[in-house]
Amino acid sequence: MTERTIHALGEAYRRGDTTPTAVTEAYLARIEKFDGHVGAYLTVTREPALRAAAAADARHRARAPLGPLDGVPIALKDVLCTKGIRTTCGSKILESFVPPYDATVVARLAAAGAVVLGKTNMDEFAMGSSTEHSAFKPTRNPWDLARVPGGSSGGSAVAVAAHLAAGAFGTDTGGSIRQPAAFCGTVGLKPTYGRVSRYGLVAFASSLDQIGPFAKNVRDAALLLQAIAGHDPHDATSVAAPVPDYAAALDGRVHGLRAGIPREYFAEGVDPEIARAVRAAIETLRGLGVATEEVSLPTTGYALAAYYLIAPAEASSNLARYDGVKYGLRVPGGKDLIEMSSRTRAAGFGAEVKRRVMLGTYALSAGYSEAYYGRAQKVRTLVRRDFETAFARVDLLLAPTTPNVAFKHGEKEDPLAMYLNDALTIPVNLAGLPGLSVRCGFTAAGLPIGLQLIGKPFDEATLLRVADAYERATTWLAREPALP
Amino acid sequence: MITRQDVEHVARLARLELGDAEIERMREQLNAILGYIDKLRELDVTNVEPTSHAVPLVNVMREDEVVPCLSQDQMLANAPDRVGELFRVPRIIED
Repeated sequence: MTERTIHALGEAYRRGDTTPTAVTEAYLARIEKFDGHVGAYLTVTREPALRAAAAADARHRARAPLGPLDGVPIALKDVLCTKGIRTTCGSKILESFVPPYDATVVARLAAAGAVVLGKTNMDEFAMGSSTEHSAFKPTRNPWDLARVPGGSSGGSAVAVAAHLAAGAFGTDTGGSIRQPAAFCGTVGLKPTYGRVSRYGLVAFASSLDQIGPFAKNVRDAALLLQAIAGHDPHDATSVAAPVPDYAAALDGRVHGLRAGIPREYFAEGVDPEIARAVRAAIETLRGLGVATEEVSLPTTGYALAAYYLIAPAEASSNLARYDGVKYGLRVPGGKDLIEMSSRTRAAGFGAEVKRRVMLGTYALSAGYSEAYYGRAQKVRTLVRRDFETAFARVDLLLAPTTPNVAFKHGEKEDPLAMYLNDALTIPVNLAGLPGLSVRCGFTAAGLPIGLQLIGKPFDEATLLRVADAYERATTWLAREPALP
Repeated sequence: MITRQDVEHVARLARLELGDAEIERMREQLNAILGYIDKLRELDVTNVEPTSHAVPLVNVMREDEVVPCLSQDQMLANAPDRVGELFRVPRIIED
C-alpha cells in the first residue's frame, strides 16, 4: 500500500479499492516499524492525521474529493509552520515552539485534502547538506544506513524514499531539496523563486529560499507542485504569473526540445561514476528526440563562494529574531538584555548555525561589507547572466545534481568540505531558477545518482515533461532500498 | 586574516557568547572559509550591477485595510517570560 504513487492512490480511492484511513494507518504502522532505523520524523501527528483521513474518507464516499491530493499522506519539513503543531527547525532554540498559524503551503495542502503524517528532520535552520546538523538526531539514508541522506531536507527525502510518506515537502536555499533527492533516489523539485509562497516558512536566506516537493515519481511531483504554486498576498515576493496545469505537461512530447550540457558541471571533482550515469541519461534523452549542445556557464566555479557570503549575511539578519524574548528558548540569569540574548543564542544554536551567523555578521560589518557582501552580489549578477546567455540558445540544461553520491556519517567534519557538496546546485538558487533532480542510475556500490534539470524562470513544466519522459524510458524506479 | 579580537568583536555584534576554545576554533574555520571565498577577487566586477534578488520586483502595494490578526494571547503564547500582556526582559535602564 505504501509503495503506491499519489497518482495510483487517487485511482484506488476513486475505485473504492481502499480508503484514506486505511492508507494513513498503513503509513503510520510503517513509520512505527522503520522510522527508528532511519529517523526521518521529528514529530508524528497521528491523531490529526487520522482525523484528516476520516474526513477524506467521507468526501471520497460522497464521490466529491477535493482533488488529486485528497486523502494522500504527506510529510512536512519541520521548517514549515503548522498551527498548533510544534515546529523546531531542527534547533534547540525552537524546541518548544508551537506556531499560531499555518504556512500558506500548509493551508493549501489542507485545502487540497492532504493528510499530514508529521514533521521531518533537517539540518538546523536548513543549514547543512547531511542532516547531521539537526539538534535532535541524525537521519540515515535508506540505501545504506551508514550514509547520510543529504540535507538540509534529509528527513523529507528519506520519508519518501523509504515509503514513510506518499510525498513530502522541503526547502531549497542552495540545494536542500535537490541534493537529498539525489542522495536518496527520489524526485526533488526546487521551483522558481517566487513560484511558491514563503509565508510561514521560517526564513534562512530570504532571497534564495523556496519550498518544493519530494515525490516517488515525476507525475507525483507535478501534482504536489500544483497544490502549492501561485501568488499569495501574504508573501510580497511571490509572483502573480499564471500557474499551468503541470500534469498536462506530462505528455511525452520532448522531440525537438534543445538541452544545453554545461561543460563546467562535469569538471574535475565530479565523481566519474556520476558523470558516466548523467552522460548516459543525456544519451537516452537524445534517443527521445531532445537535441543537445554543449554550453558554458563560466562563473560556475565562483557561485559557491558568492553563496557563502550572501546566504550567511541574510541568515545573520533573519536569525537575529531569536533573542530569548518573543518565543523559543531563554537562558535566564543575564545581567542585562544583551547578556541574556547572547547566552540564549549560545545555548540554543548549534555549531554550524553559529558559524554562519558569524560569517554573515562579519561579511556585513563595517569596513568589510563592500569587499565581501557587495562583491558577492555582483558575482551573483554574473551567475545570472551566464544562465541568461545559455537560455537564449536552449530550453533547459542537463547536469549532475551533485559531484558525489551519499557520503558516510561523520565523513565531512570540515565545514568547507561539506559546503563543496552543493557546488552544482547553488548557482540555480543564485539565479532563482527551477531545478529538478531525478534518479538516473546507481553506483557500483548501489547508491542512487541524480540527474539535474535546470529550467528558465517559471518553466517548471518543461522540467517535469522531460524528467517524466526520461523516467518512463528507463527502469531505475524498479529498485527499492532494503530496510532492516 | 581574522584575529581573535575580530572574532570577539563579531560575536558581540551577533549576540553570541563564545567560550575560549570556541573563539579559537571559529577563528580557524572563518579564516579557512574566507580563504576560499577570496577567489571572488579573481573576477572583474567593474561596472557590474549587484543582484539582491533573483526576480526583479518593484514595491508591492495593497490597500491599507483593517483585517483580523492574531490575538494578543496567541502572540504571547510562545513567550518564555510573560507578565500579563507583556514580554518580560532583564532590566535595560538603570533606576
